[in-house]
Amino acid sequence: MIYNEPSPLETKIISQRWTMENSAAIDTYLATDGYVAIRKALEMTPEAIIEELKASSLRGRGGAGFPTGLKWSFVPRNSGKPSYIICNSDESEPGTCKDRLLMENDPHQMIEGMLIAGWTIKSNKGYVFIRGEYRYLIPIVDKAIAEAYERGYLGKNILGSGWDFDLYTHTGAGAYECGEESALLESLEGKRGIPRLKPPFPAVVGAFQCPTILNNCETFSAVPVILRNGGAWFAGLGTPKNGGTRLLCISGHINNPGVYELPLGFPFEQLLNEVCGGMRNGKKLKAVIPGGSSAPVLTAEEVQGLLLDYDSIAKLKSMAGSGGIVILDEDTDIVAVALRTIKFYAHESCGWCIPCREGTTWLKKILTRFHAGFGQQSDIELIGELANNMLGRTFCALGDAAAMPTTGFITKFRSEFEAYLAKNHLTLEDTTPELVAIEAH
Amino acid sequence: MTFSPELEERFSKLLNSYPPGRTRSAVVPMLLYAQDEIGRVSQELVEEVARRCGVTPLQVDEVIGYYSMLHRKPLGKFHVQVCTNICCQVVGGEDLYHHASSMLGVGNKQVTNDGLISLEEVECMGACSWAPAIQINYDFHHRVTPERFDQLIAALRDGSYKQRAS
Repeated sequence: MIYNEPSPLETKIISQRWTMENSAAIDTYLATDGYVAIRKALEMTPEAIIEELKASSLRGRGGAGFPTGLKWSFVPRNSGKPSYIICNSDESEPGTCKDRLLMENDPHQMIEGMLIAGWTIKSNKGYVFIRGEYRYLIPIVDKAIAEAYERGYLGKNILGSGWDFDLYTHTGAGAYECGEESALLESLEGKRGIPRLKPPFPAVVGAFQCPTILNNCETFSAVPVILRNGGAWFAGLGTPKNGGTRLLCISGHINNPGVYELPLGFPFEQLLNEVCGGMRNGKKLKAVIPGGSSAPVLTAEEVQGLLLDYDSIAKLKSMAGSGGIVILDEDTDIVAVALRTIKFYAHESCGWCIPCREGTTWLKKILTRFHAGFGQQSDIELIGELANNMLGRTFCALGDAAAMPTTGFITKFRSEFEAYLAKNHLTLEDTTPELVAIEAH
Repeated sequence: MTFSPELEERFSKLLNSYPPGRTRSAVVPMLLYAQDEIGRVSQELVEEVARRCGVTPLQVDEVIGYYSMLHRKPLGKFHVQVCTNICCQVVGGEDLYHHASSMLGVGNKQVTNDGLISLEEVECMGACSWAPAIQINYDFHHRVTPERFDQLIAALRDGSYKQRAS
């Protein structure tokens, strides 16, 4: 099912089957070039497959934007150990709701991408790690896996190649941190999802301490079409070093929020006004969170003329991240959004490293106090200082992901924080520990 | 402990899906699937999962506090989860949560007296473009207004609510 009308401005490639009848069925997939790419891949060397991916400029769609071909090239292919293919479908970055649609509407495309990865490193086993909240997708993906076994695309001696590959679903149970690749691997091993020290990276020491290709669901889903049509074709859809199309998840104060597939480098204004039908209720744009809640906010001035690709957004010291774009209008209370953002990270910090565990908790406490109406001028500096002290000092990116947006809100919308000070409605007598405790809960 | 034949089948598939000697991997999925059937993670379940996965009960215990979907206390028959994360927040998610709380007369993670409905304010559930969103057990409901929320609750109460199979 799809949950919003598609836009005629979309370039439907990895979402091309979403509106078809029985789009998740293997027959639909086979009738629309499905499993053609794996046949092609089986005739190719690992080096040739990786070269094709490099030529495509496909970059990780989960958040970090790392070049996929390069990631695959790091996996040792003769370590003597088993190796694994893991699909990160633990989609949890606030603002992001695309992997859900990929699995619901076209699970075979993801499976084929994982198969190609499996063949590339001669892995015999893969897992689709699906967040617990997406429980309804497990029967859908399991059914697709069963169909692929029936038709000989999974299991023993795939298409007569002599190569075996088994694929399974694995459910998470509610933890944002498990979207971080090394925490995901810990979780897959039945432990608390805490990140591992890197290096070694999962390419070398990954699932069950073995070499592993671990990619986002959308990344795997883009692989089959790249092998079918060629890396150069895919690269040509986007901008230099930012190949292809990607699914952008648009939310917030716009007329037509939704998930749309657009080429990398698509102009922001066109997205806002044409694809999404403009601002809701004719309001003015105030700010944009361009790549999930971890991405520092951009002001309405900054997004003028912005092209939506990894490098253009990085130039503004933010990130394209997971493709979740939150549109905020002139009436948005930035302090409230900053507070809700940090509440999320404080809730999701796994507690493994102190700068993140304590930093997110204290930022939440200070912002709660501020938002409740008894902030002080010095809090603004304190928030900035705390956030800066978290940056780069944690095992994984969650600490940065909490600090960066906080710094963004407070530096770009400082006047809104100061306006809060001016309208303080609570006096010192109101600041009981109980009130703070209740508010901070 | 005995589970339904469907769950037993799922468990045996699960235990066979991991590499040799890696049955610990089944701990979290097994807990979640069993919770779906028996309503909570009981001490008996902890010991059962430990036995089946070949780990100590402590190794099971330690994950329960970590994963937010695992509950030691019983939830309502229908667990209503309201997202208030930013994408939902800015289009009325927080108001919807407060509406839900006062309408049901329960607070966060509390269950109605009849045991039918539990409420939880949750983090992003992956429905950002169709916000504000709620989940009833594993079913998503998009663009939920307070009026729509009341209709859903009425359907839960009069038995007309149709749950998606999972």
